[in-house]
Amino acid sequence: MAYSDKVLDHYENPRNVGSLDKNASNVGTGMVGAPACGDVMKLQIQVNDAGIIEDAKFKTYGCGSAIASSSLVTEWLKGKTLDQAAEIKNSAIAEELALPPVKIHCSVLAEDAIKAAVADLKSKQPGSKEAA
Amino acid sequence: MSDRAPIYLDYSATTPVDPRVAAKMIPFITEHYGNPASRSHPYGWTAEKAVENAREEVAKLVNADPREIVWTSGATESNNLAIKGAANFYAASKGKHIITVATEHKAVIDTVRELERQGFEATYLEPEPNGLVDLEKFKAAIRPDTVLASVMLVNNEIGVIQDITAIGNICRANNVIFHVDAAQATGKVVIDLETLPVDLMSFSAHKTYGPKGIGALYVRRKPRIRIEAQMHGGGHERGMRSGTLATHQIVGMGEAFRIAHEEMAAENERIRMLRDRLLHGLMEIEETYVNGDLDHRVPHNLNMSFNFVEGESLIMAVKDIAVSSGSACTSASLEPSYVLRALGRSDELAHSSIRFSIGRFTTQADVDYTIDLLKSKIGKLRELSPLWEMFKDGIDLSKVQWAAH
Repeated sequence: MAYSDKVLDHYENPRNVGSLDKNASNVGTGMVGAPACGDVMKLQIQVNDAGIIEDAKFKTYGCGSAIASSSLVTEWLKGKTLDQAAEIKNSAIAEELALPPVKIHCSVLAEDAIKAAVADLKSKQPGSKEAA
Repeated sequence: MSDRAPIYLDYSATTPVDPRVAAKMIPFITEHYGNPASRSHPYGWTAEKAVENAREEVAKLVNADPREIVWTSGATESNNLAIKGAANFYAASKGKHIITVATEHKAVIDTVRELERQGFEATYLEPEPNGLVDLEKFKAAIRPDTVLASVMLVNNEIGVIQDITAIGNICRANNVIFHVDAAQATGKVVIDLETLPVDLMSFSAHKTYGPKGIGALYVRRKPRIRIEAQMHGGGHERGMRSGTLATHQIVGMGEAFRIAHEEMAAENERIRMLRDRLLHGLMEIEETYVNGDLDHRVPHNLNMSFNFVEGESLIMAVKDIAVSSGSACTSASLEPSYVLRALGRSDELAHSSIRFSIGRFTTQADVDYTIDLLKSKIGKLRELSPLWEMFKDGIDLSKVQWAAH
């Protein structure tokens, strides 16, 4: 199976592996996928008082492309607002990593993980604007 | 590590040709190139003599009469010839039901499926979770119209050894022709066809340090077993398999089996020592499972599953060793091993399995390197794995509501 150099790089040297405190009010957690499907992604984002994502961590059970997709988005998320984060599209991930058609679902999963993490964070900060 | 060839631990897929075998073969390509069927000149006589010597060596390894050995192109052809040949020959007198096992090689499973398309009925027995056939279940599967049963001696994926004597005795008692695929067994377990209740047995050269493209079928003479030829032509091999004999390949198989006969006992001891070292090393990794029975098993095979690690990333991680994976990630879909699924393994565990197969040229350094590699790579992948984290937090993963996609 041929992987792109970028996938191999993220697989060999994954960025931002780890966990944030899922109970913290400024941390959002998204967990998507299922073991039986061969992919589970856990993505966490942490925002500062200005509502900017200052940290992102991931853990992924899945193939090289799934690991690379989640590793890549943790890099992209840092410095973005939640609204900007929610705009990240799977097609951009797939293009950046040159994913073959059979691996597009990995990028879809990464997009879903971002949306789930953002939704989790928003649900924790119902009056986020007032708080800021 | 990527600048050197990976360590070869896939001897169950194929073996290198032993240099002693290659040396024997070469003169039969360049000098003694006669057709063994040529009766009118010395070129033919020399080739024929070499073929018959090789036939004796093959027969000797399995304690059979040389006249019971039929050359084929390999175990796949032997399986086809045996199963189709006997089923078709005896269908009219006996019936059209065949028994085999769900964990057989595809060369048996798909041959039986083809016979089903031609009007036969088949039972695919599920093995026990350790990979072995339950004798009572086998007995219960026999019907009055059962013509043939096919059970492999050594499984290619998990290396378990079936109780061929007991199964054969059941077949004898019920007048069922018994075929055994022994492609993975030669040079690994003692085969004595004089006492084994087996009618037909398939062999391959390239699993036993011989060349690819050559095999043999044992066809019992007493009591005589008849098969219908699948390949028609010049009437070679007493009409059972036409086609000019590949002298050099046959010479190679004969020499490979001669060496196997001579060195098997000592070689198995050495390989068992290496396998046990590999097993103990890998069992130090948490949440690691051996697939298939460890006692009724050839020492050459170790098949293990590594929990909470995804199969494809595992294969990527171990590219410095040449092994086979339980998930044949050939192209689009990850298909878990049907053998491991038949043992009742979950899809996840079937996917994250590796078959290590050890052979003549494996060294202790190879084994130690493999243990270290697996320890470090599994550790790394688990650090990445949310499932491992949840497992370590004491979460029961079977109770989690997953967002299936």
